[in-house]
Amino acid sequence: MTGTVTRDARRAASASPWTGFRSGLWQKEINVRDFIQQNYTPYDGDASFLTGATARTEKIWGTLTELFLEERKKGVLDVSQIPSSICAHAPGYIDRDHEIIVGLQTERPLKRAIMPNGGLRMVVNALKAYGYKPDPTVVETFSKYRKTHNEGVFDAYTADVRRCRSSHILTGLPDAYGRGRIIGDYRRVALYGVARLIVAKEEEKDALDASMSTDEVIRDREELSEQIRALKELQKMAQAYGFDISGPATSAREAVQWLYFGYLAGVKEQNGAAMSLGRTSTFLDIYFARDLEAGSLTEQQAQEIVDDFVIKLRIVRFLRTPEYDELFAGDPTWVTESIGGMGDDGRSLVTRTSFRFLQTLYNLGAGPEPNLTIWYSPRLPEGFRHFAAKVAIETSSIQFESDETMRRAWGDDGAIACCVSPMAMGKQMQFFGARANLAKCLLYAINGGRDEVSGEQVAPAFEPVKGDVLEFDEVLDKFEKMMDWLAGVYVNAMNIIHYMHDKYAYERIEMALHDYAPLRTMAFGIAGMSVVADSLSAIRHANVRVVRDATGLVTDYQTEGSFPLFGNNDNQVDQLATWVVSTFMSKLRKYPTYRDAVHTQSILTITSNVVYGKATGNTPDGRRKGEPFAPGANPMHGRDSHGIHASAASVAKIPYRDAADGISLTVSLVPQGLGRITEDRIVNLTGMLDAFFGATGFHMNINVLNRDTLIDAMDHPEKYPNLTIRVSGYAVNFVRLTREQQMDVINRTFHGG
Amino acid sequence: MSDQTTATQTPLTAKSPFELRVDLGRNLPESDVRSALASGDMGFLHSFTTGSAVDGPGVRVVAWTTGCMWRCLYCHNPDTWTMTNGMPVTVARAIEELSKYKYGLKVMAGGLTISGGEPLMQHRFVVKLLTAAKAMGIHTTLETNGYYGDRLSDQDLDSIDLVMLGIKTWDAERHRHLTRMDVAPTLEFAKRLAAQRRKIWVRFVLVPGLTDDRHDVANIARFAAGLGNVERVEVLPFHQMGSFKWQRLGLDYTLATVEPPTPELVEEICGIFRAEGLTAH
Repeated sequence: MTGTVTRDARRAASASPWTGFRSGLWQKEINVRDFIQQNYTPYDGDASFLTGATARTEKIWGTLTELFLEERKKGVLDVSQIPSSICAHAPGYIDRDHEIIVGLQTERPLKRAIMPNGGLRMVVNALKAYGYKPDPTVVETFSKYRKTHNEGVFDAYTADVRRCRSSHILTGLPDAYGRGRIIGDYRRVALYGVARLIVAKEEEKDALDASMSTDEVIRDREELSEQIRALKELQKMAQAYGFDISGPATSAREAVQWLYFGYLAGVKEQNGAAMSLGRTSTFLDIYFARDLEAGSLTEQQAQEIVDDFVIKLRIVRFLRTPEYDELFAGDPTWVTESIGGMGDDGRSLVTRTSFRFLQTLYNLGAGPEPNLTIWYSPRLPEGFRHFAAKVAIETSSIQFESDETMRRAWGDDGAIACCVSPMAMGKQMQFFGARANLAKCLLYAINGGRDEVSGEQVAPAFEPVKGDVLEFDEVLDKFEKMMDWLAGVYVNAMNIIHYMHDKYAYERIEMALHDYAPLRTMAFGIAGMSVVADSLSAIRHANVRVVRDATGLVTDYQTEGSFPLFGNNDNQVDQLATWVVSTFMSKLRKYPTYRDAVHTQSILTITSNVVYGKATGNTPDGRRKGEPFAPGANPMHGRDSHGIHASAASVAKIPYRDAADGISLTVSLVPQGLGRITEDRIVNLTGMLDAFFGATGFHMNINVLNRDTLIDAMDHPEKYPNLTIRVSGYAVNFVRLTREQQMDVINRTFHGG
Repeated sequence: MSDQTTATQTPLTAKSPFELRVDLGRNLPESDVRSALASGDMGFLHSFTTGSAVDGPGVRVVAWTTGCMWRCLYCHNPDTWTMTNGMPVTVARAIEELSKYKYGLKVMAGGLTISGGEPLMQHRFVVKLLTAAKAMGIHTTLETNGYYGDRLSDQDLDSIDLVMLGIKTWDAERHRHLTRMDVAPTLEFAKRLAAQRRKIWVRFVLVPGLTDDRHDVANIARFAAGLGNVERVEVLPFHQMGSFKWQRLGLDYTLATVEPPTPELVEEICGIFRAEGLTAH
């Protein structure tokens, strides 16, 4: 109690926004991590303190829900054809008198802005697809007077890159839209206020005066000037909403508002593939705790602020083409928020606000955005692990990643960009891009660089396989050479893309919320890992005979005999998966990167595994032409036949050091497979997470299927080939049941729900 | 190389446990089968899975043995009745595989469950497996109908942390109709476990019209409660998901028209157990 009195006394003595905070390095330099470490209060209790949605929250959410329906009907609700920037649009509101946190991307909720700096073509195609006539002034400006990122890239692409792009061996290159995956440290806006951030940026810029004006230094000076300009615009934008954010936030509500303005500026300016939020909950908790202690806020009000903030994050929208949405399944924005984790000093970073963020999934209902991501460690407090498991079971809306692995690599103030890409907040950014289809690469190796679908010579004409039966050593040798070539083309493409993105579509505000010269990674990706592993396993352990067409192109394979399959915790084949990951990574590392970025790689496809599969011919593992790949690092559908423990163990063998941008595993479960009663399910899922992340597991996306999913599976069995229903002593593939049996499972699983 | 299957070569990667399993051990010479059963160094497994949260406490590895002397009308795994439908596996090979999961099983408060078929058809193999698992610090569960309970010595029972005992029905005549065998040995085994204060989970399969006689259920409940060592009763709702196996094996399935129990019925039956002070769900 004396602590409270002292704090109150101190606050009375000084009106400083930092009153009540413990001092530290953070006051002398821009250092949010230090502020958190000095001031946060770990919480190791359970979820019983949480409160539900207020009538106000429900009303606002209700207003939006109606708009969502209309949006779904029309594809997009509305479009503003003013090229977006931080200050391009007038202030917008959902319900001005009742919003707690304000700010929209345009002047109306769900009205999408155009961002032609990334590429005019994408904007025009999207407008046309949704029935809008592109504004001729915009078209003229961005085709005549202002060059875009997209044009720049195509001016510099090599013939190799173009060929790989059209044959789909490289897919998803961010050459026509914003690259994303950069997280501004939006917390800085709340903690320091914009004025102080501008001073810091000016100091960084002044320090460069002493350096000779080389390409690099000139670029840095120009970027810093742009960053300062963006910060000033941020201030102006907030002003339009009636807030002076030049100084630090003085309350929890202000802290959330300041932070959100920072983020909002980012999404007003960039249509990035992923526009992630960072790691904000524990930072904000310090403000909530201060206000709660001072009696100026109740728990209900604290939750209401978080709910209102999350509502804003849920309505972030970008104008994209329907094809783009098909590739990524839906209309994703990846507003990823990283929650939990351990601190370097051994204290857990879980706070009450970590719980409050998860609670939004009950107060507003389940939803994919913001992409709530638990930095999981078995060392996290039990109350939080159980609550997270419960939320996962009941909403399927959160994902889990290894705090142990990521903290070791990037420190205890990291955040996930997009799905699985970790980076240190404000000190690190990435050049993101695309995936190399390694299954196709293997087929190119067999066919001497000819595409198995089109028959065209895409890669240089290496010697194809001549014999009728595939020899493991020969194939491996050719495959390595082909990977080497592909890695070179891939690095080339990425260098060009990011050079041009920096030049024509620089993320001014996001980078203004980074330290000068952050660590840059270049995040490559691969698709088809499990197809390659199983194919190599077939070639080694079984007899694979090739089938050639009239032109000598190998288009099919006849495989006799059995062979180990990835996903069964069998090193004979799991080693082939780790080999392909490490080998391709070592090939990538051979080629120099733009701005000396550190090479990294992810094994992540989100949902694009379907599209990659569509573009890939028959493979030696028995997969048919066009058949989808498994997502991310997953075993191929139905081939992991010994349960989740074995399957996850195979995936956990992939070495993080060679896939530092993340290794994704998606798991689908029905609630009853986790135990016969609710309490058992929570404890069992927590146990599974403890085991996976206590070992070398990196990421687990848990889909606990609901009634709708199962009904969808009845109508579209092709989408759910590996959906397993487990009852005691019995397991069955859901899609193979008769309709009556499926209904029985559904009724049994979700009765009353 | 001959085409004979030998136990040491068994890859354990054999097809999905969701599939029907027949004749995996067909090529094994009969003399080998007999000597294997006598020594217990080798046994026959229908399949195994990991990550099961519905076959005992925590998250477990489950191995299903082949061979069963009962012919329960509602059996959902009739392909486990014949021993040589399973794959031959040595104890050493099984333990090698199990050891991969040792750490995870501990963290997930799980363990090894041996189910079947009827595991005690291969009791020597089963005891060796459970003993080796326990030596590794892995919790062990045996799911059995108890009919061959007397094949296990008291020392053998030390290798089992939990027995999941299936009590099918109470009435002797009905039991014979349902399983073709007597209920008495099962109940004797339960009493023996109780006398030694060994933990039991009772499993009761609820089949409408077949095992839902309230009087019968009440008798089982009273018996179970009287034992004093029953931690939990699991009322397993009958389902039709195994019916295709009967058809594919050319067996005469008599329950084709039986509907799975309603949630209300399951709740009512659980209530009968709870009324005796048991934990049931």
